[in-house]
Amino acid sequence: MTEKVGVYICHCGTNIAGPVDVEEVARWAKENLDGVVLARDYRFMCSSLGQELIQEDIKNEGLTRVVVAACSPHLHEKTFRTACSKIGLNPYLTQMASIREQVSWVTEDRAAATHKAKMMVAGAVRRVQLQEELQPTEVPVNPNTLVVGGGIAGIQAALELADAGHKVFMVEREPSIGGHMAQFDKTFPTLDCAACILTPKMSDVGLHENIELLSYAEVDSLSGFVGNFDVRVRKKARYIDEDACTGCGICIEKCPKKVVDEVFEAGLGYRKAVYRPFPQAIPKFPVIDRDTCIYFERGTCKACEKFCPTEAIDFEQTDTYLDLNVGNVIMATGYDLFDCGKIPQYGYGRLANVFTSLEFERLCNAAGPTEGHILLRDGVTEPQSVGIIHCVGSRDKQHHAYCSAVCCMSALKFGHLVMEKTGAEVYSFYIDMRPLHKNYEEFYDRLLQEGMHFIRGRVAEVTDAARLPGEDGKLIIQAEDTLIGKQRRIPVDMVILLGALQPRFDAKETGLKFGVSAGLDGWFTERHPKLDPVATMTDGVFIAGTCQGPKDIPDSVAQGAAAAARVQGMISKGTVLIEPIVATIEEARCSGCRICNTLCPFNAIEYLEDKAVSYINPALCKGCGTCVAACPAQAISGAHFTNDQIFAEMEGLLYDVIGSNGATVKSPQPALEPA
Amino acid sequence: MSDGGAPTPEKGKLALYWAASCGGCEIAVLGIDDKVLKVAEAFDIVLWPCVMDGKVRDIEKMPDKSIDLCLFNGAIRTSEQEYMAQLLRRKSKVLVAFGSCAAEGCIPALANMNTREEIFQTAYHDTPSTDNPDGVRPQIETEVPEGTLHLPLFYDTVKTLGQSVEVDYYLPGCPPEPDRIWDALVAILTGQLPAPGSVIGATTTVCDTCPRTRNEKKIKEFKRTWEIIPDPDTCLLEQGVVCCGIATRAGCGALCPTVGSPCIGCYGPNEGVVDFGARMMTALASVIDSQDPDEIDRIIQEGIPDPIGSFYRFGLANSLLRRKALAHNGDGRVAEPA
Amino acid sequence: MSESAFEPKIVGFLCNWCSYRAADLAGTARMKYEPNIRIIRVMCSGRVDPTFVLKALSLGADGVMLAGCHPGECHYIEQNYKTIRRFKMLKHTLRALGIEEERVRLQWASAGEGALLASAINEMVDQVRELGPLYWPGNWADNEGSQDAIQALPREHAEAMEVPA
Repeated sequence: MTEKVGVYICHCGTNIAGPVDVEEVARWAKENLDGVVLARDYRFMCSSLGQELIQEDIKNEGLTRVVVAACSPHLHEKTFRTACSKIGLNPYLTQMASIREQVSWVTEDRAAATHKAKMMVAGAVRRVQLQEELQPTEVPVNPNTLVVGGGIAGIQAALELADAGHKVFMVEREPSIGGHMAQFDKTFPTLDCAACILTPKMSDVGLHENIELLSYAEVDSLSGFVGNFDVRVRKKARYIDEDACTGCGICIEKCPKKVVDEVFEAGLGYRKAVYRPFPQAIPKFPVIDRDTCIYFERGTCKACEKFCPTEAIDFEQTDTYLDLNVGNVIMATGYDLFDCGKIPQYGYGRLANVFTSLEFERLCNAAGPTEGHILLRDGVTEPQSVGIIHCVGSRDKQHHAYCSAVCCMSALKFGHLVMEKTGAEVYSFYIDMRPLHKNYEEFYDRLLQEGMHFIRGRVAEVTDAARLPGEDGKLIIQAEDTLIGKQRRIPVDMVILLGALQPRFDAKETGLKFGVSAGLDGWFTERHPKLDPVATMTDGVFIAGTCQGPKDIPDSVAQGAAAAARVQGMISKGTVLIEPIVATIEEARCSGCRICNTLCPFNAIEYLEDKAVSYINPALCKGCGTCVAACPAQAISGAHFTNDQIFAEMEGLLYDVIGSNGATVKSPQPALEPA
Repeated sequence: MSDGGAPTPEKGKLALYWAASCGGCEIAVLGIDDKVLKVAEAFDIVLWPCVMDGKVRDIEKMPDKSIDLCLFNGAIRTSEQEYMAQLLRRKSKVLVAFGSCAAEGCIPALANMNTREEIFQTAYHDTPSTDNPDGVRPQIETEVPEGTLHLPLFYDTVKTLGQSVEVDYYLPGCPPEPDRIWDALVAILTGQLPAPGSVIGATTTVCDTCPRTRNEKKIKEFKRTWEIIPDPDTCLLEQGVVCCGIATRAGCGALCPTVGSPCIGCYGPNEGVVDFGARMMTALASVIDSQDPDEIDRIIQEGIPDPIGSFYRFGLANSLLRRKALAHNGDGRVAEPA
Repeated sequence: MSESAFEPKIVGFLCNWCSYRAADLAGTARMKYEPNIRIIRVMCSGRVDPTFVLKALSLGADGVMLAGCHPGECHYIEQNYKTIRRFKMLKHTLRALGIEEERVRLQWASAGEGALLASAINEMVDQVRELGPLYWPGNWADNEGSQDAIQALPREHAEAMEVPA
């Protein structure tokens, strides 16, 4: 080896120097490890003085490689890489040994800790000598952005970007944007009317010169890479010519076919076969529902067509595809509500007056099927008592272990609305009350004062089988009240189930399409749970709102804005650096066996038919190394994680087993003279 | 060979030797047909036990480095073979590990799945054809009235030539294809050689020369050859047959897969690969079409009942682990103090 | 270290996103665990080539731990499923070579599971300590008596020469 390695052992105050004999590690490294020209220990390597120490040595001693044994590379790898690159040493010629997180903080015995630290330094020293200079590549960023999903998170993101002067394509699966928020009546804890605060933003989106709204459309495919994505959008046939339609609504009025609205009205109300989900829908154009339209069913009717003043009805319309180029993607695909029927003991679907939270939102909503009157399923009777059950499908290992985050506050909101509108008694059955954000606790206090009853305990069942006086004709909620340690049966007229928020039914497929991973529970995974909450593992694809996990409106809006800010940053910079830690196929060694072709979830590997070899697009490669490990011909190498580098690290880590010369055991026969 | 005349001074000296091998490599040398005459023009053959008489003691008396080229086939399984390897190393300028046995152990090295004791037990006791009432076993030394008789020591672990002595070049194949042998001879004669220690051969794998059509791979079940009649045009592996062509160095012209039989890996690993079996394991596992651990287990257990035979048929001695664990290994040993 | 104190050497391959972070967390939380594991960071457990495991054993390691994100939680979407398959294939081979189950282990640990990782390391160290040294290179260093036998040969040849014709 001709490399000159400098080794720096950080004391980290006493964090490392306490349990590890740092002077001894430095001395040992200098004396025993090939290539080490100097080894120093220092109180805080990450301090500017520590960094200068390295820089001075690079300059004066001509170091060509640097090893810093300190904390986890997740903390300071970048610090030391930057320090080295400032003085002209390629940042990838440094290596860290995590002797704090993996040694000093976790090892009881000082001798054992010191020994382990030496081995880790040996691993880093061996490895670093084989590391190669790497250069990130710079590519331009297309300033257009794709926002997927037109709920409140997507709307916020789109408006932030559009207001900043950037072009946004918003793709929404439903005929109108608005998402779940458009279905709600009031919003906690302020009790603003959801529509009052949402619809102005929706119309901003609809009218914005920088936003191209593609409603009733879905992303068909996404290819390319950060700064340069190619998107294919399928615009589903609306059977309405959007250029001609004025949104007057005569078609809806004249349509003779009424169907239950399972989506927007949660099955409580009706819509026509040609419909707008709700009056303030954006865009204003209705949609003809092919599955229920009489014309599509029987070949005659066309009432809408007859009455349309602008000849906007077009039964011949077909799905169309649009190809877009964007630099970044914001996914705000939202959530689905848990199917409360999956917990049969709560009676949803069997007991008429058991409602889901979404149904209740529609009941409360002045624009809903009961015009805001809270009524039982018969449509006339006001309840005199209402039970609200929290955590239906959440905090339940049978279904979703996580907390759905919004239900406690929804329960308080519902309690308030029930009491305000009907004067009924309201009982909340909760496990823990979690009013976590600003002014939420105050709202809880308010409901306590308003006389809502809180029973701490998981509900065993909801039944209509009366056993005790006063239970006849009621729904009886059986639960343990854990605060008084007794079983209770509370007879009520209406039960509201606060179903869990769960990932969209097709979230997995969507994740694959966009190269976004999901956790075990199905929510999309952010790049870092604390420090990088809206980015994903795929550069240029961001996540916002409930597709990342259960959250309420303020948090969704914050994430929408955060994602937009991240995208704006990329647009302002104009170019993006692509990590050089990628896999490469050496063409001469590739036999085109195609083992690797199915292994890349980011579609970075393609097969070149003409050359009969496979090729890795470096811009798409995320550097995981799975194909490198798979190649039977060893034609693929992974930058910065080559076999040789890993072998060298292994040999260093096993220094005490194999000795300094790399020989595993003594040669079984005397060395022979060389050829 | 020349017609028996005295060696002319400008002619080189060639030795061919066999150790633990089947003899196929000897025949392969003759596969170069009439080009063997050109070999005879260029070299005097000083040792070729398979073909002509010769005495080891004559070789012992030759000055060191006086043999220009030695083609050594066979693995090292006895002390006598190791001695010959050392001797020929000393006497030869260029030592070539010729064929799979010398290069990577080949079939003889599958004995590394057993111990010497087990092998002797089978050979001298268990086989139905053995009639050995006195339980006679080979002994290194046997005293007879005339003196002491010696037999070579039979090793527990078969080694490759390279694990015994320094090897200049490797010529893989079981046996090497005549064309590749000739290519190598030409390279040696003209001095157009790669760096010492390297394999003389291609840097890609059998798939490169296989005429079958290859597509993306997803395998739900591995099939033994007798279980299917493979489609003649598509990749055997895609049909579930464990074909080692993906990992095996090109050089044979894809003889086996071309005729519908899967590659078994006789040309050894591709350039730079340290463990052939690992390449096969990882590649096959990567394309198993299941994410269910139990199903994956079933696919592997049922489809590959003999992993060593499937992945290390030719390369066990040359693999990272070289052999099956010896029962007594590690007993009482303590890692060296720091 | 005394004769009786065998301390296993275990090489760990930890993925950057989950298990290496779990190791970070174990450190931050000052969870004490056995010092016998020496960790190599890879970007994904999918990078772990069976060669790495074989290499570690051939160098004299007593055990190897692979750790990655839980299935379904891979930061590269689904690469750890490939890890499962390769691990199972490798174990199938290692079993045939007579390597005990406990010596090569696949451990899932999410970034939050520092305690789980630490206890898995402790458990593995205990198990391997119980098994004793693997000392794999000894398996082939053991052609006992080969030196004597080899050196006997030229002597015999010389003696044979002395036999009168």
